[in-house]
Amino acid sequence: MKSSNNNSVQWFGIKALALCAFIVVLFLGIILYDIFSKGFSTLGWDFIFKYPKKGMTEGGIFPCIAGTILVTMITSIFSIPIGVATAIYLHEYAKDNLATRVIRASIRNLAGVPSVIFGLFGVVLFVDGLHMGSSLLASGCTLGLMTLPYLITTTEEALRNVPNAYREGALALGATHWEAIRTNVLPSAVSGIVTGAILGLSRAAGETAPILFTGVSFYLRYLPASVFDEFMALPYHVFILSTQHHAIEQVRPLAYGTALVLLLLVMILNILAFVIRYKYRNLNRL
Amino acid sequence: MEPKLAVRDLDLHFSEKHVLKNISIDFPDKKIIALIGPSGCGKSTLLRSLNRMHDLNPKARITGSVLLDGQPIYGAKNDPVEVRRKIGMVFQKPNPFPKSIYKNVAYGLSLYGSMKKSEIDAIVKDSIVDCALWDEVGDDLDKSALELSGGQQQRLCIARSIAVKPEVILMDEPCSALDPISTAKIESLMLKLRNEFCIVIVTHNMQQAQRVADFTAFMYLGEVIEYAETKTLFDNPQKELTQKYLNGNFG
Repeated sequence: MKSSNNNSVQWFGIKALALCAFIVVLFLGIILYDIFSKGFSTLGWDFIFKYPKKGMTEGGIFPCIAGTILVTMITSIFSIPIGVATAIYLHEYAKDNLATRVIRASIRNLAGVPSVIFGLFGVVLFVDGLHMGSSLLASGCTLGLMTLPYLITTTEEALRNVPNAYREGALALGATHWEAIRTNVLPSAVSGIVTGAILGLSRAAGETAPILFTGVSFYLRYLPASVFDEFMALPYHVFILSTQHHAIEQVRPLAYGTALVLLLLVMILNILAFVIRYKYRNLNRL
Repeated sequence: MEPKLAVRDLDLHFSEKHVLKNISIDFPDKKIIALIGPSGCGKSTLLRSLNRMHDLNPKARITGSVLLDGQPIYGAKNDPVEVRRKIGMVFQKPNPFPKSIYKNVAYGLSLYGSMKKSEIDAIVKDSIVDCALWDEVGDDLDKSALELSGGQQQRLCIARSIAVKPEVILMDEPCSALDPISTAKIESLMLKLRNEFCIVIVTHNMQQAQRVADFTAFMYLGEVIEYAETKTLFDNPQKELTQKYLNGNFG
C-alpha cells in the first residue's frame, strides 16, 4: 500500500518536472515561430544589403548589420585578451587568499549587474572620461566590460577542466610554469575558451542598453568611417521600429525582419560555438 | 661512494600538518631505490620533494636540504626548472599529453628551442627504442598518445622523461594502474635504465620492490624507519615496525 503510494508520488513528480521542461521549450518555440513566421517574408538580399529608405519605412537594414558586426568585433578585441589573461592569472598564478576571493566574488557580482548600469558607466568612463565621444569605440568597450565577467568565468572553468597531470607532467620535464600553461594547458582549454567567448559575444551583440548612451544612432546615411563615428545596430533598430517610429504599424514587418536577422546572427554564433566544441572534443579524444 | 641524491634533515609541513619528519637518506647512482610503506606514510610526498614539485603548492613548507651531486637543489639561487631537467618524474597515472606520440617525447626537447629537427628526431627515436616501445608505435609516431593502451602510455611517459637526459628518475607507483604484463615490461625497462640513471620508485607492491630494487626504505608516519639493501631489509629486518609491516600484520 505504502509503496504503491510512493510510486504514484514519484509518477506525479516526474510528470511535473516534464511539464516544466515542456513549458520552457513551448515558450521558446512560440517566440521562434512568431518571429520566423512574421519576419521571414521580409528577408531577402535587398533587406540585408540595402540602406533604409523613406524614413525607414522601406529598404534594408545593412547599416544595422554592419554596425552590430563592427561593434562586436571591437568588443572582442577589447574583452578577449583582458578576460583570458585575467582568468589565466586567477586560476594559474594567484594564491588562494582573501584578495583573490574578493576579486572572484566581485567578478561574479559584476556578471549580475544590469546592462543599463554598464551603459551609464560607459558614458562616464569612455564617452566623457576618455573623450571617445559617442562612438563605435565607446560602445565596443562598454559591451566589452559587460562581457568580461562572463568571459573570465568561462575561461577559468575551461582551465579548471584541464587535468593537473598535464601541468605536472610538463613541469617534470623542465618546463617553466608559463611554458606548461602555454604549450600544454591552453591548447587543452582552447575549445572551452573559444566557446565561452563566442557565447559571451553573441550576448553582447544582442544588447541594447549599453550601446544606447554610448554610440548607437537612430538613423545614419553612412556607415561609420572610423571607430569614433556613431553607428546603427540591430537590437536598437528593433527597439526603434517597434516603439519609437512614427508609423509603427507600417514598419512592423521590418521590425520582425530585423529581429529575425538578429536572431539568426546570434544563432549562427551559437552553432559556431557548438561546432568548435564538438570538433575539439573529438580531437582530444583521439 | 658519493651519493647521487642526498636528503638531509628534511621536514615538510602542509599547513599545520607535519608530513615528513627529519628525513635523511642517500640515493646512490645507477641503482634502483624503492620507498615502501603504508598509504599516507609520506613516501610520495618525499619523492615529490626530490624535484621540487611542491613548489607550486603554497601550503607546503620545506626545511632541510636535498643535494644532487653535493649541490643543494632548494634555495633562491637554484632554479626549480633546472632541477627538474636533471631529476625527471614519472607519475602514478600515465599522463601523456593530448598530442602525438612524437610531440610527447619531443616535448622536453622542444622547450630548449635551440635543437635541430634532425637531432630531436634522433633522440625521440632512441628514447622510444630504449623504452621497448618502438616495435609497437614506431610505424606511426603521429598517432595521438591518448590512443595507446595504459601500459604503452606509461612507457611513453618514461621515454618522454629520459629524452631530456636527466640524471635521476623519480617514479611514483608507476605500475599501480597497469596490468601484470605491462607491469613486467616496465620493470624490465627499469632494470635496463638502471645502467644509466639513479631511479627512485615509490611502490605499494612489495614483490615489485624485491624484484627491481637494490635498496629499499621503509617509511611510516613521515619517517624513514629502516633503509638497507633490499634483500637484507626483506630477509632480516632490524626494526619491529618493519617486521610487522612486511608480515602484513599492521594496525
